[in-house]
Amino acid sequence: MRSLFALVGLAVLFAAAPDTVRAQDYTVTIKDHRFTPTEIKVPANKRFEITVINDDATPEEFESKPMKVEKVIPGKSKAVVRIAPLKPGRYPFVGEFHESTAKGVVIAE
Amino acid sequence: MLGALIIVFREVIEAGLIVGIVMAATRGVAGRGRWVSIGIAGGVAGAGVVAVFAGGISQAFEGAGQELFNASILAVAVVMLMWHNAWMARHGREIAKEMRNVGTAVSQGARPLTALAIVVGLAVLREGSEVVLFLYGILASGTSGGALLTGGLLGIAAGAAFTALTYFGLLAIPSRYIFSVTSWLIALLAAGMASQSVQFLNNAGLLVALDSTVWDTSWLLSEGSLFGKMLHALIGYTERPSEMQLMVYIATLLAMFLLMRFARPSPRQHVAAAE
Repeated sequence: MRSLFALVGLAVLFAAAPDTVRAQDYTVTIKDHRFTPTEIKVPANKRFEITVINDDATPEEFESKPMKVEKVIPGKSKAVVRIAPLKPGRYPFVGEFHESTAKGVVIAE
Repeated sequence: MLGALIIVFREVIEAGLIVGIVMAATRGVAGRGRWVSIGIAGGVAGAGVVAVFAGGISQAFEGAGQELFNASILAVAVVMLMWHNAWMARHGREIAKEMRNVGTAVSQGARPLTALAIVVGLAVLREGSEVVLFLYGILASGTSGGALLTGGLLGIAAGAAFTALTYFGLLAIPSRYIFSVTSWLIALLAAGMASQSVQFLNNAGLLVALDSTVWDTSWLLSEGSLFGKMLHALIGYTERPSEMQLMVYIATLLAMFLLMRFARPSPRQHVAAAE
């Protein structure tokens, strides 16, 4: 039973892998525990990526429950966050280590 | 200081719940304290290493290293939990019986404890590396670090207290039922981890099929709230599960159920053992 699940899982995995690369890319920069820009407009129902550049010396965790992502970004480095297609709407994100200042929103339309 | 305390506490409770459940699930097994300690110590050491290499892990696999790392850790933990539950289905009854008769620890094989020590280690490693990075950030920023650091350490202490609360709460269950309860808790824990794992694969850009949201209960219980976070750790509560997450959740529960069913000794063996 479990090996069957594993097989189905693998099949889906490989069938789905090829069309993952072509996703549109956006950039957000963290500086002094704030995001710039604080608002990103993306097309709804399409996968996209956000490159998060952390210009601070301290690490930050890019997190959004609504977009189902959490990713640690070490100080003075950048990371790509991949996001599944979103229905139209507002999707807030935060820097979890500095939640009072590091806030932003993705608007899918 | 309070802010740091809350951030660290939130990171620690997930691992704390797991440790509490594992401690309760191994009640009466000799040497469990040592195994769980090894798990925690290994996890803390691992968290430090992961934090140091966070940059490298993040850049690996075309920037999907961190997601693949998390997905793998969760997948290994799921397998270990299944292993433990299968073993417990076979031997739990004997342990519970001896515990009632003798009231002392029973010596059993070390096998399932290896599995659970690994689960504890991985849970501590995953959550711990974030705590280490956060605390490092405070230290690195210098100036007002003292109060924040105190807050962070208090957060860890609060997490440990929470673990103890989970443990003693579960101990209140009569020993006849404790292994069935902990087995089901572990099954739900594993299902939640499996569904989290496939979401990380999705974030890695690997498993992107069936990623539409099935429902949205964020209006009812936010996953970011303390209670939402606890339910997330305990039963895998997700405010917007994807189709794939839901399927994997149910499949894991089903696989766990079948496994426990087949591992259970047949009634005849049972009678023989009782005589």
